Amino acid sequence: MSWMAWTQTTAIFFSVIACILIAMTIFEIKVPSTERRGFLPIETSRGDRLFIGLLSSAYLHLVFLGFTEIALWVPLAISVVWVGIVLRWG
Amino acid sequence: MRKVENNKAWLLVLPVFLLVAFSAIVPLMTVVNYSVQDIFDQNNAYFVGSEWYREILRDPRLHESLLRQFMFSFAVLAIEIPLGIGIALMMPTKGKMASVCLILVAIPLLIPWNVVGTIWQIFGRADIGLFGWSLTSLGMDYNYASNPIDAWATVLLMDVWHWTPLVALLCYSGLRAIPEAFYQAARIDRASKWAIFRHIQLPKLKNVLVIGVLLRFMDSFMIYTEPFVLTGGGPGNSTTFLSQTLTQMAIGQFDLGPAAAFSLIYFLIVLLVSWLFFTTINHMDKDK
Repeated sequence: MSWMAWTQTTAIFFSVIACILIAMTIFEIKVPSTERRGFLPIETSRGDRLFIGLLSSAYLHLVFLGFTEIALWVPLAISVVWVGIVLRWG
Repeated sequence: MRKVENNKAWLLVLPVFLLVAFSAIVPLMTVVNYSVQDIFDQNNAYFVGSEWYREILRDPRLHESLLRQFMFSFAVLAIEIPLGIGIALMMPTKGKMASVCLILVAIPLLIPWNVVGTIWQIFGRADIGLFGWSLTSLGMDYNYASNPIDAWATVLLMDVWHWTPLVALLCYSGLRAIPEAFYQAARIDRASKWAIFRHIQLPKLKNVLVIGVLLRFMDSFMIYTEPFVLTGGGPGNSTTFLSQTLTQMAIGQFDLGPAAAFSLIYFLIVLLVSWLFFTTINHMDKDK
């Protein structure tokens, strides 16, 4: 696997993504979700909300990287809270 | 009655999952790994964190290419979708002519991208190309190699020629799937051709148009070969789109780290726009 040029940071990143997907799959099997409408303007399933949360978090990181010199811990903390909000009330 | 659940069917998805993992997920993960490192060779890579992302996001080359790319993709959609619908509506539905038309319309789709670029490169030349010669004979000062507007028009025309048939064929199949009863009801109501199009054909074409818009957006947003062969990105950088800028960075300069960061930003843009298109069109019906 050395050709993939792994680093500790990217390994942690992908592990977290994999854990989220596994946890969401188990949660979906135990408690199946139906589409509903929250504060987002469209009806979404739990998977949709996770996708929206993760994609918007990626863009949030890009905005911080492109326009500010602030350390990435700040957008990371905002993203964790944001994904939680989208999953619960989105 | 108790429903018997059998999840063995999931195993049938396994080959596809492995194939996608091998062809898409693992390469994408590798690109993520590259994007945070300064890569010199296989044994010399240094972790640089988010440096390449900062550099790329502030690079004017990316901003200019991105603007050109959006302009190109929206121009392509604005021309190809209505034109494709129009061609599909005009195509005969029965008889030998229907088959002849289908084959003729499909021909541009069968030509490889680099050949399309070469065809238009020759076609647009004022000395030996019919298109360039015709425009010059009409008194127009046409030269796609030196005039950015001519280069843009030729690249657009080439894409329209190459890919409108895809939209036309998709719409044609969608139109053929509309039951005759709808047209009979329209005739009883003495509906005009426009009313039939507006209230029967267009709504029934919605699903194929979603696929057409998505395919054409993604494909035009990733265009590389045709403009590369036709204009080489010039004159200047006027037809240098995102993929060409990326290739110059990755292969021309061998800046693998910045190119990987660029690729991921590119991927996120395609993902967002495609998702927005898909979700918006998909939810229009639900909201009604």
